[in-house]
Amino acid sequence: MNDTFDIRGAESHIEVYKFRMGTVVIVTALALFLQAMFPIHLPRLDILDLPLLITIYFALSRRNPSTGLLLGMVIGLLQDSLSKTPLGVFGISKTIIGYVASSIGARLDTEHPAARLALIAVFFGLHQGIVVLIHRLLLAQPEPWFTARLGIAAAVNAFVGVLLFILLDKLRKT
Amino acid sequence: MAAIPIRHKSLVLLAGAVLLQVLLLAVQIKSDSRGSLIRVWTVTAISPFERAGAWCIGGVKNTWHRYFALRDTELKNENLRRQNDQLKLEVGQLQSKAGEADRLAALLNFRDAHKQIPMLAARVIGGSADNSSQVVYLDRGQRDGIERNMAVITPDGVVGKVIAVFSKESQVLLLTDKESGVGAMLADTRVQYPVGGTGGKQLALKYVPNDDPVVLGEKVVTSGMDRIFPKDLPVGVIAQIKPGTPFKDVTVKPAAAFDHLEDVIVLLTTQPLAPGNEPGARPPANAAKPLPPPAARP
Repeated sequence: MNDTFDIRGAESHIEVYKFRMGTVVIVTALALFLQAMFPIHLPRLDILDLPLLITIYFALSRRNPSTGLLLGMVIGLLQDSLSKTPLGVFGISKTIIGYVASSIGARLDTEHPAARLALIAVFFGLHQGIVVLIHRLLLAQPEPWFTARLGIAAAVNAFVGVLLFILLDKLRKT
Repeated sequence: MAAIPIRHKSLVLLAGAVLLQVLLLAVQIKSDSRGSLIRVWTVTAISPFERAGAWCIGGVKNTWHRYFALRDTELKNENLRRQNDQLKLEVGQLQSKAGEADRLAALLNFRDAHKQIPMLAARVIGGSADNSSQVVYLDRGQRDGIERNMAVITPDGVVGKVIAVFSKESQVLLLTDKESGVGAMLADTRVQYPVGGTGGKQLALKYVPNDDPVVLGEKVVTSGMDRIFPKDLPVGVIAQIKPGTPFKDVTVKPAAAFDHLEDVIVLLTTQPLAPGNEPGARPPANAAKPLPPPAARP
């Protein structure tokens, strides 16, 4: 059996990871705080999207589409409120990412670093695609679909995401 | 009635959540509103941590510079830097009006030339949580007299303008943002062109006809025509010129150091800065209605 993607049937047990009380709130707040500090004190790290990585991680871990999409919505709206974008731009995109990540996590065992690397890169691209679609359709702002910076950002976020997920795994309830 | 299968429940929830946020977007666009409770609560909740973070990082930096790296030299440099900042502001205005002796005399000291404009020092405590928008948060807000559309500058040059104000914080749209702009002119020829952000680190000098002479290295200063920024503040320096259709593609390197913004000055006035307010200038006989600031291009 392929260790990277463990496809299980509907009857098989899919492990759902739980976290200590307050972990999700604290980690989310920390991610938003750091994301707001990066442009000022560490501009090179501005390429990271920590709120997105957190959304993907908790959605994959909890493996419940409803929980995933609600968590994504909250994180996205909080990120919108700390930006100049109207409320809802990141809210919608992270809602969808949370739902998709939870759905995939409910069907695949995605603990392997290679699987996580690929998934984060794909979700990052999907997230940016949704944001561009919102800008074009709802805000009438012509944003480019793909730039070289986006490709680099997807790779950097995927790599950092794998390391971050290893750290966050320590917060799971055993 | 059959119960909705679990997989459909989550789809319904997804559709509902997305629809709700689309409606939220529509309401904001229709009312052109930026102030919403969610935004106010989030900024209010996170800003104490941003202040603490800025204070801690500033403390670590100061400790490093003052105690581990050239301690005495750093203290001396600090004093010289303060004096240099004031002199830069004065020199920038002097250089742009070298041919006019009476204007040079009036502009020798920026604060004297604009003493009717109250100013407030502020510290940058945080940035945007979205890496595609270029905004920063200041540790001053409504309580300190800050209002929307007030200009924000540093001694090096123009930084941006206030777009949202909270009780103790304010949000500033940087000049480098795609939706930002300032009325500007070439320092030597005094020909006016608007300058806008590109979303990156450079600015763009807009609507320059291919026939108009523009020189690399030429300084760009504010024109005062947007009625937000006083005249002759440094905006940047022309860094690249490319021919284009129908206008030239002119890139401007910003004068302000956007990479490490720490302390800024907010001009505490929303009154239009009419040409009559400039020292040495004669006010027009019939004062025209103040022009609105340049509209953001979609």
